[in-house]
Amino acid sequence: MFVRLSAAIAAVSLLGSAALAQGAKPTDPQIAHIAYTAGVIDIAAAKQALTKTGNKDIKAFAEDMVRDHEAVNKQALDLVKKLKVTPEDNDTSRTLSKNAADKLAELGKLKGAEFDKAYVANEVAYHKAVDSALETTLIPNASNAELKSLLQTGLKIFQGHEQHAEHVAASLK
Amino acid sequence: MLPRWMFPVVAALMLGASVPAHGATIQITMENLVIAPAEVSAKVGDTIEWVNRDILAHTATARNGDWDVTMPPKKTVTLVLQKAGTIEYYCRFHPNMKATLTVAP
Repeated sequence: MFVRLSAAIAAVSLLGSAALAQGAKPTDPQIAHIAYTAGVIDIAAAKQALTKTGNKDIKAFAEDMVRDHEAVNKQALDLVKKLKVTPEDNDTSRTLSKNAADKLAELGKLKGAEFDKAYVANEVAYHKAVDSALETTLIPNASNAELKSLLQTGLKIFQGHEQHAEHVAASLK
Repeated sequence: MLPRWMFPVVAALMLGASVPAHGATIQITMENLVIAPAEVSAKVGDTIEWVNRDILAHTATARNGDWDVTMPPKKTVTLVLQKAGTIEYYCRFHPNMKATLTVAP
């Protein structure tokens, strides 16, 4: 319990502090970059899980993550192309990527049931953090209506992922 | 031997013959990971038309194993109901998406 909670707090505070560290409100090119990066991170985590897990619920969950995040990111790419916006790297994206790389390395050392638990706990925490960043920072600051709408769709999808992850986590106990 | 172009015609006729005529078509949407309406009543021979408005793939998967329909993003998929019963179904990819189909004989 403590491990899961601390993982959640770490993930939330990392996203929050990274967003705050930036001070100014993110611009649309930055928001697009953050959202896309967040998707890439979850796809990488899922691909790692697919190579490591023997649990069929985790495998199905990870496959769902790859399918959905790839679909959302494809929409995001199509949209930035259409709007002629170039996603712009920024501190939040860099912090996200750095933390994700650390998490991949940490999970990479675990095996079997230990890995399964840690992966799902991180998925719950990660989706919570992303959902909260979408709700409090990214969606309110998006100025383009189509970008805002895609982020809102993303939020609904990721809230579903969070519940799905919680469900899988509960089934592992 | 039938000419090749006849095959779909014959297939359509055969399919048509096996299904009671004048079945209704009932539309169910999947949008923002919600199935609406979540409860639908139909009859054997009716056609269910699932409209996937999401950018994601969904499935309509009967818990009793009767059917498992996959719908690609932004596509509509139909199913002609063959069996009566109360069928709970969900999306395999997004298990939060649940609904019930009551099929009268």
